[in-house]
Amino acid sequence: MDKPRTQLMLCGGTGCHSTGMSAFKETLQQALEKENLSREIRIVETGCNGFCAVGPVMLVQPEGIFYQKLRPEDVPELIREHFLKGRPVKRLFYTEPASKESIPDMNSIPFFAHQQFRVMRNKGLIDPEVIDEYIARDGYFGLAKALQDMTPQQIIEEVKVSGLRGRGGAGFPTGLKWDFAHKSPGDVKYVLCNADEGDPGAFMDRSVLEADPHAVLEGMIIAAKAINSHQGYIYCRSEYPLAIKRLEIAIRQAREYGLLGMNILDTGFDFEIDIYQGAGAFVCGEETALMRSIEGRRGMPRPRPPFPARKGLWDKPTILNNVETLANIPQIMLNGGKWYAGVGTETSKGTKVFALSGNVNNIGLVEVPMGTPLRTIIYDIGGGIPERKKFKAVQLGGPSGGCIPESLLDTPVDYEAIAKVGAIMGSGGVIVMNENTCMVDMARFFMDFIQDESCGKCTPCREGTRRLLQILEKICNGNGEPKDLEDLVELSDVIKNSALCGLGQTAPNPVLSTLRYFRDEYVAHIVEKRCPAKRCVSLLRFEVDPDLCKKCGLCFQVCPAHAISWEKKQIAVIDKEKCIQCLSCYAGCRFDAIL
Amino acid sequence: MMNHSSCCQHPDITHGMWLDIDAVIAENRNTPGALITVMRKCQNIVGYLPAALLDYIARGLNIPGSKVFGVATFYSYFSLTPKGRNTIKVCMGTACYVKGIKESIDRISAKYSVKEGKTSEDKRFSLEAVRCLGACGLAPVMVVNADIHGSISADKVIDILDKYS
Repeated sequence: MDKPRTQLMLCGGTGCHSTGMSAFKETLQQALEKENLSREIRIVETGCNGFCAVGPVMLVQPEGIFYQKLRPEDVPELIREHFLKGRPVKRLFYTEPASKESIPDMNSIPFFAHQQFRVMRNKGLIDPEVIDEYIARDGYFGLAKALQDMTPQQIIEEVKVSGLRGRGGAGFPTGLKWDFAHKSPGDVKYVLCNADEGDPGAFMDRSVLEADPHAVLEGMIIAAKAINSHQGYIYCRSEYPLAIKRLEIAIRQAREYGLLGMNILDTGFDFEIDIYQGAGAFVCGEETALMRSIEGRRGMPRPRPPFPARKGLWDKPTILNNVETLANIPQIMLNGGKWYAGVGTETSKGTKVFALSGNVNNIGLVEVPMGTPLRTIIYDIGGGIPERKKFKAVQLGGPSGGCIPESLLDTPVDYEAIAKVGAIMGSGGVIVMNENTCMVDMARFFMDFIQDESCGKCTPCREGTRRLLQILEKICNGNGEPKDLEDLVELSDVIKNSALCGLGQTAPNPVLSTLRYFRDEYVAHIVEKRCPAKRCVSLLRFEVDPDLCKKCGLCFQVCPAHAISWEKKQIAVIDKEKCIQCLSCYAGCRFDAIL
Repeated sequence: MMNHSSCCQHPDITHGMWLDIDAVIAENRNTPGALITVMRKCQNIVGYLPAALLDYIARGLNIPGSKVFGVATFYSYFSLTPKGRNTIKVCMGTACYVKGIKESIDRISAKYSVKEGKTSEDKRFSLEAVRCLGACGLAPVMVVNADIHGSISADKVIDILDKYS
């Protein structure tokens, strides 16, 4: 095959797929063939690039030019100007929102410049469906070293030195977990990969699986060698079809190359991996529940001990690691635990991938060293809050996490520091909220999620979360009483101390953290019967304030029910009979004039 | 070997579907823990899991019917009632919620007379509120059948959905 002079790394992640990547790719392919360029210029569909907000995106290599928001109509200009004449198309560059400056080089874009890639080091650079490209980036070298030159004890020791902690949320030291399973007696042991990414607002595992599936397989095989297991399972959400497809391809290729199956790399070590599709239950992210689910039963947790390292899947010693944790392993083998521990804080080593979303300019995946302040993630990488709105809170750790206010934005991301301010690191979802978000409503939203996903086995979680939800609904509906706040705290304490598994024990966190930092909003709902963010419908009057109304007619234009009457230079009036309380006028009014 | 024609009949399951179901059961009969896999494949064949089919799976895998029913009702993937011609999945992840998907859901419910978790009477739409789809860059997100629609709003959803009959 001829060596192409240019490679077009087109992002094939879920985000770019849904913004029209396929149509763009097809048009580009046809145009390259028509111009007889397809031998010189090759299109590579990569995994998720991470910068989902400006998709579909494409990186032109070797120049490193980054194009965004591509449409099929852009193809002729790209071919004519860039690929034939060597003049990159400026209007498709990324534009910095603040300075309005166009930036052609990917690594100079602030979103990428502040990041440090370890887990995501191959994203956007390799075709995840071709094993050779992974190997060319030192893939499976860590496995070869672990299998050929290291004993299980040495592997475990190296992971312990690295200081790697579980990236699924709880942060248990990975090396210690492996050590327990290694020491457990038994001929049959299992290695499980938790790819049941369920936290709302977390999508890093999906992206790693889509962009670099071999890294996860390699990590699993090394783990298997460490504990002497011969069978592994990847428990993946069925909502991630692309990730499952890429994993299937990766497993097949690894088998063909003798990297999986019998006698791996001629070392006499055997290991198989199968994919197990989840059926949609949030609680299955909990380790004992996940194991029940693989056994074909209801995914309900059981009390620990015995810990899975002694009695796990089918009552055999089992280790369960998260996708991101496993993707770190190959590089720890290759570069050593000391190298890995070279970045991070005292207690949290290495890097962490965060999924940045919500009311922030640059939505996408962000990998930063542990210890990076939240402010850097939200403002320097995330580019701040859109539409000149004010920052209100950042939600960390999903339904088990908490909301952090502006005053604590300099908190470094570190397992202990985050826990101290009332949230958890969790799987790494970072959701930014602006002034239009009602914090009581947010607590209600999370509690609604939790009580729906509670498996129902233990009473504190099953009944307690439901009762918390009822109180929060009462407050949002304008029927709250001052005593409700005490009840919320008391009930939360009981649930925290008595629930069976991690889901229940952390369920009250969203309530407690919003009460801690945004108590004034609760008080406004209960005492003044007012929702400051104007989100709780029962507390809104649906009236126009004549003093604030600028008579512009915007509300009249956006009302889908034709319930607003307005004429030029007249104050708008809402007809409450016709009003469907859809809040369109609240969003439309720029002067905060609707009460 | 069990034979479907002698033991069960169901208006929504054709002869061809029964043959496919038999193949799925036969393939997994001896695999421990295969129940969820079998149920997923059977639901993909029929579109949902009617009670008669749950019974059939229970006998085929030699598992108590109560256990099969327990698993079917535990996981949100399984549906015991028929779906509409089009399935609308609205993402209830935090990012979508913060960006106002609730307004879109209310508009869909009002326009097509379909409640969350239910199917409209004309069987045109089923409306499901699903867990985070992990496409937060496109929030708020709605998936209709296999088509992903990002950055939706109460105004846009009706234009999008009118194209599905």
